[in-house]
Amino acid sequence: MRGLLLFTAVLFLFTVNSDPVQAFEPDEVLDDPALEARAREISKEVRCLVCQNEPIDSSNADLAKELRIVVRERLVAGDSDDDVKSYLSDRYGDFVLFRPPFNTATFLLWFGPLLVFGIGGIGLIFFYRGNKNLKLANPLSPEEETRLNQLLDENEKTKSSNSGETS
Amino acid sequence: MIAELGQFAIIMALLAAIAQSILPLIGAERLDSRLMAFGSQASLIQLLFVFLAFGCLTQAYIVSDFTLVNVAENSHSTKPLLYKISGVWGNHEGSMLLWILILAVFGAAVAAFGRNLPVTLKARVLAVQAMIGVGFLTFLIFTSNPFARLLLPPENGRDLNPLLQDPGLAFHPPMLYVGYVGFSVAFSFAIAALIEGKVDAAWARWVRPWTLTAWTFLTGGIALGSWWAYYELGWGGWWFWDPVENVSFMPWLMGTALLHSAIVVEKRNSLKVWTILLAILTFSLSLIGTFIVRSGLLTSVHSFAVNPERGIFILFLLAIAIGGSLTLFAFRAPSLKAGGIFSPISREGGLLLNNLLLSTACATVFLGTLYPLFMEALGGGRVSIGPPFYNNTFVPVMVPLLLLVCVGPLLPWKRADLIGVLGRLKYAGLATILAILLAWYVTEGGPLLAILGLGIAAWMLLGTLSEWADKIKLFRAPLSTSWQRMIKLPGSTWGMTLAHSGLAIAVAGMISTSAWKVEDVAVLKPGETISVAGTDYRFDGVRELVGPNYQAVEGTFTVSQNGEFMAVLKPEKRLYNVQKMPTTEAAIYSTFVGDYYAVIGDQVEDGGWTVRIYREPMVTWIWFGCTLMVLAGLLSLADRRLRVGAPAGKRKQEKREQKSQRNAAA
Repeated sequence: MRGLLLFTAVLFLFTVNSDPVQAFEPDEVLDDPALEARAREISKEVRCLVCQNEPIDSSNADLAKELRIVVRERLVAGDSDDDVKSYLSDRYGDFVLFRPPFNTATFLLWFGPLLVFGIGGIGLIFFYRGNKNLKLANPLSPEEETRLNQLLDENEKTKSSNSGETS
Repeated sequence: MIAELGQFAIIMALLAAIAQSILPLIGAERLDSRLMAFGSQASLIQLLFVFLAFGCLTQAYIVSDFTLVNVAENSHSTKPLLYKISGVWGNHEGSMLLWILILAVFGAAVAAFGRNLPVTLKARVLAVQAMIGVGFLTFLIFTSNPFARLLLPPENGRDLNPLLQDPGLAFHPPMLYVGYVGFSVAFSFAIAALIEGKVDAAWARWVRPWTLTAWTFLTGGIALGSWWAYYELGWGGWWFWDPVENVSFMPWLMGTALLHSAIVVEKRNSLKVWTILLAILTFSLSLIGTFIVRSGLLTSVHSFAVNPERGIFILFLLAIAIGGSLTLFAFRAPSLKAGGIFSPISREGGLLLNNLLLSTACATVFLGTLYPLFMEALGGGRVSIGPPFYNNTFVPVMVPLLLLVCVGPLLPWKRADLIGVLGRLKYAGLATILAILLAWYVTEGGPLLAILGLGIAAWMLLGTLSEWADKIKLFRAPLSTSWQRMIKLPGSTWGMTLAHSGLAIAVAGMISTSAWKVEDVAVLKPGETISVAGTDYRFDGVRELVGPNYQAVEGTFTVSQNGEFMAVLKPEKRLYNVQKMPTTEAAIYSTFVGDYYAVIGDQVEDGGWTVRIYREPMVTWIWFGCTLMVLAGLLSLADRRLRVGAPAGKRKQEKREQKSQRNAAA
């Protein structure tokens, strides 16, 4: 059991029967610190299959412990990180990895954000173009232009005289 | 008897809400002032009855009335009083009732504070607000009745989940709900505006305080929740990209966008259609969040079938609320007149870009949270989406947003000179480079991405501060002038500076603790010492404790650095009597530069204890930054210009201005 909104999660969804603190145990730790560090990194990306959205690294379920040991065994046997992950996903399916694979079924997932940004960006471009057209549609007549400049000049003058008075 | 009173009260509240959702609408259509005024009265009546119902349920918890299913399943007579009260919303039915209570409070607040709203707009807002209430009250009464009785009451209750027996439960859910539900007001205003066919600067000025209130509470609620998870779960994590967290984060992202776009409507009378859409989307995400968690959909599509009655009801409500409002939007939005024109590089353009990036970020979280459900429903197999996905998709969207945080406020309205604006940030830029070098030096060449991330945080903070210094002419005018300018800055300006600074500080904390967290686990016997990241933790032994409803083992650690004493940490491991569930109470010594975090586990055969030690660099910066953001929200709210119903000061000021003009003319 984990998750920020503990209470919402607990409300009625998940039966909480795991001790939240357990996680990797001292007896599992590999002697080689480099291998152990890699094992920890992998364990954080592997899902405990019997828990609610929890990596095997922090789960205390028996299955998670077994998987942690499997990960370390594969590493000791000389597997690369990717080898270990594909070893696990071959046996337990993509569900076991927190990084979803990239394929036709997950195409929209990975490219969705870019798609949203792209559509939004194109929308913006059209919006600004519409703006420009709006501006061009109602140009000022020459008389309006001179009148506007006249007003602006007057405004400028009163402003400077005002500030002169107050300061 | 009291439970029956509560039952009666929620039914009366439903009737009041039904009347409130119909009569004021008719009144606004026919310009019948009595029918319109009914909206305000009904909202007060509704609040009264919901409050009564909530009081009845609270009473049942305090006296441990186990004839109620809800109390028997979630409480116990030995539970401390604080958890008896907070336990009222520590379960499905009670939390729905809290939701409805807050909704009713907001409705009544609009009625009370909205005295200077145009009467038709006010009537329509209250009617829409009541419609939401009708949906939730029917859901409560027909599928999740908190007042259901047991024929054979048990001798004692099943107790509240021990993880929830923490002061966090007393504050986190109510704050979060005020945030969620607060966006309902912005939603009601948006729908009312669509019905009226009129959106103007005044409309934006009425909506902004409500949005700001909701945003402030949601920020506080999320931060509080993450802090709670950090100290309660016992392994030092503060954000897990858990679907339950994500559903609260989505309305926050959208609400932040709404807060910014509403500024453009207010000041420039532009982006109206977009702002209306954002208001609808923000509250829709709140609804989706609440309901998706309630229906059990998050665990799996299959668990949806566990309680199909609730699930179907929820889907039906979502379809009406979101589908209905978007349909109304599609019909009425084209009739809203476009406002001022601006070029892409301008204050408006910057805010629009902020909106695009925040929406993209929100879409990313939405996809990550719901994609597995869609895939499973369509028979596409099961996938898990965790932190690696968000690191690759969410973070790249946030980087440009964070980089632009301090640039946007410097851009003038309508048209801006980007080079000139960047020139004004040259000192901030130089200081940022120094900060990056400093971070690189201190961390002895740590991970490059994390150091650059700290650079982004420094840029945000320094840029924001330099904009503030610019505004008060610090060092460019005599200090007394700067002081005068500073105290005259309006609350909303202070709010902006503070919120952006808070965000920068929080980001710095997030990056540091993610990149430089150190953890270790060992089996220690009393007297032994473990050294983690240059700090020694001596394990002094354990002692047994007996709490009100639990037994505990308490370990003692003496923390020291280079032989110099720092702190004593006393983590506990508890076993709750009723549910037989173990929990951990981590012991944390917090400092400005980082937390020292100790957890005690089980005893192993040879008499040693499993001990976990975490060193969390700068982790408190996260919550300090969030606190600044909450303060910023409150400061902005205090801005007189935003406070509806407080025009006296403004009028006085106008008079003063007129007088000074007259003097100048003379």
